[in-house]
Amino acid sequence: MRIRDIYAPFLLAVLVLPAWKTNVDAAVPENLSGTIKVDGSSTVYPITEAVAEEFGKIHGDVRVTVGISGTGGGFKKFCTGETDISDASRPIKPSEIETCSANKVDFIELPVAYDAISIVVNPKNTWVKSLTVADLKKMWEPEAQGKITKWNQIRSEWPNQPLRLFGPGIDSGTYDYFTEAIMGKEDASRGDYTSSEDDNTIVQGVANDVNALGFFGLAYYEENKGKLKMVPVDDGKGDNGAGPQMANAENVIEGIYQPLSRPLFVYVRKQAAERPEIKEFVQFYLKNTNTLSPEVGYVQLPDKVTELATNRFAERVTGSVYSGGHSQLATLEELYTKGS
Amino acid sequence: MQPAQAAPMYADSSSEAAPIERAKWPISDLIFQVCALLAILLALSVIIALLFDIFSDGFHRLSWDFLTSFPSRFAAKAGIYSALVGSFCLMLLTIVFSLPLGVGAAIYLEEYAPKNRWTALLELNLANLAGVPSIIYGILALQIFVRWLDFDRSLLSGALALTLLILPVIIIASREAIRTVPRTLREASLALGATQWQTIWTQVLPVALPGIMTGCILAFSRAIGETAPLITIGALTYVAFLPDGLFSSFTALPIQAYNWVSRPQEAFHANAAAAMVVLLIILLSMNAFAILLRVKYQKRTR
Repeated sequence: MRIRDIYAPFLLAVLVLPAWKTNVDAAVPENLSGTIKVDGSSTVYPITEAVAEEFGKIHGDVRVTVGISGTGGGFKKFCTGETDISDASRPIKPSEIETCSANKVDFIELPVAYDAISIVVNPKNTWVKSLTVADLKKMWEPEAQGKITKWNQIRSEWPNQPLRLFGPGIDSGTYDYFTEAIMGKEDASRGDYTSSEDDNTIVQGVANDVNALGFFGLAYYEENKGKLKMVPVDDGKGDNGAGPQMANAENVIEGIYQPLSRPLFVYVRKQAAERPEIKEFVQFYLKNTNTLSPEVGYVQLPDKVTELATNRFAERVTGSVYSGGHSQLATLEELYTKGS
Repeated sequence: MQPAQAAPMYADSSSEAAPIERAKWPISDLIFQVCALLAILLALSVIIALLFDIFSDGFHRLSWDFLTSFPSRFAAKAGIYSALVGSFCLMLLTIVFSLPLGVGAAIYLEEYAPKNRWTALLELNLANLAGVPSIIYGILALQIFVRWLDFDRSLLSGALALTLLILPVIIIASREAIRTVPRTLREASLALGATQWQTIWTQVLPVALPGIMTGCILAFSRAIGETAPLITIGALTYVAFLPDGLFSSFTALPIQAYNWVSRPQEAFHANAAAAMVVLLIILLSMNAFAILLRVKYQKRTR
């Protein structure tokens, strides 16, 4: 056995590799080319993937890459100018805005869809018919740690059985939004719950434990309806649908599944938006997101909001509508009408 | 130029040892035997359960289309083309980087390095490095290759991260192989007037090569299944084109599977299982190649 014999094919292949081009000569109307780098939330990923897939059919020479570093991880790259577009399942945080401005990165914030955080229990759980925001707060608030451990501590008519909580990890945008919506303060929750970065694990956890309660995005409930029971949530306000409401598309669109409907965003770097392929991609995104989002398990935005977002991009309005201390819970229409 | 005679590297000790007298076995011996049998059965059953699980979930998704389609939002249309080619390129580059570095380091340590405290320290650290969790190498690679050297999140960065990861393993395996080359062979070569370099290149390496290759292939099959360092350096998930150079963006099989597993739809989980089947087939054939290499060599030297 000769050393050369083993090594040669690999060396040859590496020399050939750079010359190896994909020869896709699709009919391109505007002959756009270039690379568009997208990274960020794994929740928003399926929508961006769908948009990139459709976009690729028209503009075959434009290379769109999408990563899943998470909302926070995505902003870290976005705010240093490493990526062009950042997927986010929550609005950008003040600290992230600071990093962005320190690196002279201006961004355009665009809502693209809704997700509903669904509250689920085991199908054998017969006692929970609905939950109020106050109930959820009692279960999840930091003070509950080690103290609220039984169902009958939430409501006295519920059985004296252990309460086991399952939820996404603290790095996820879902967790950020849930804590903000229920506790009124982001990242404030008890620490003694079973957390997982993979929502399918939470599904399994709740499906196998009669005393469990968990939360995650609507798509994970829709795909596992047989194993889980959804709990309607009552926000205690009469003006947006009285009584407990189920997490579903109609209620989210009508704005009555509150406070657990959350908007999903993409952030576009303003400097990058000058490039024709990115401008085209973002416009394509906004035009098609309302048909593509429901396909991948999310809820489309009201047409009015998409129109506002399209205008916001056309006028290159930078900054976040949430940075002025606006609550995440205000409706998108209100926020973006004021914001632009 | 093959050495006329070389001692077998993997000496078959049982043939040389005297036959054991099978006297009365104490009960403790029997217990130990049963325990050992249970241990191997347990290990095997885990592997069989794993294989059965992914094959039953993913086998129906395996098709030519699955291998040659780009990722898609429709699970039934999605494929692993970019991931498969990405993994292949990654492997190729990793081999090209790690083989000369690893074997070179092993040759230096075995043939040239003086036996002093410095070398001992080096050897100790090599053993330690082989046990460092892979994500640490990912963090290191992120800082050095992606940020400082500005290679971006490219094929090159990914391959260099994997190279770092398997380099200690390759060095250790290569050293073992070189050490089994009999001393007499070197002495004969040197006595005939060959330089040390000639001795290494024409006598030591050819004899040690199958052993080196076996160790290296096992190291490569570890690298091909790695996810953590690639995720850390920021390998991408949606890539609908093939890499066209060292600085191209890429995705790899484990990353594609990782993404599919976390999707809510059952159909994507089947895709993930199918991607794992493909990865396992690649991995097992690499391991089989390593075994073949060893068997072929053993036959020849006898």
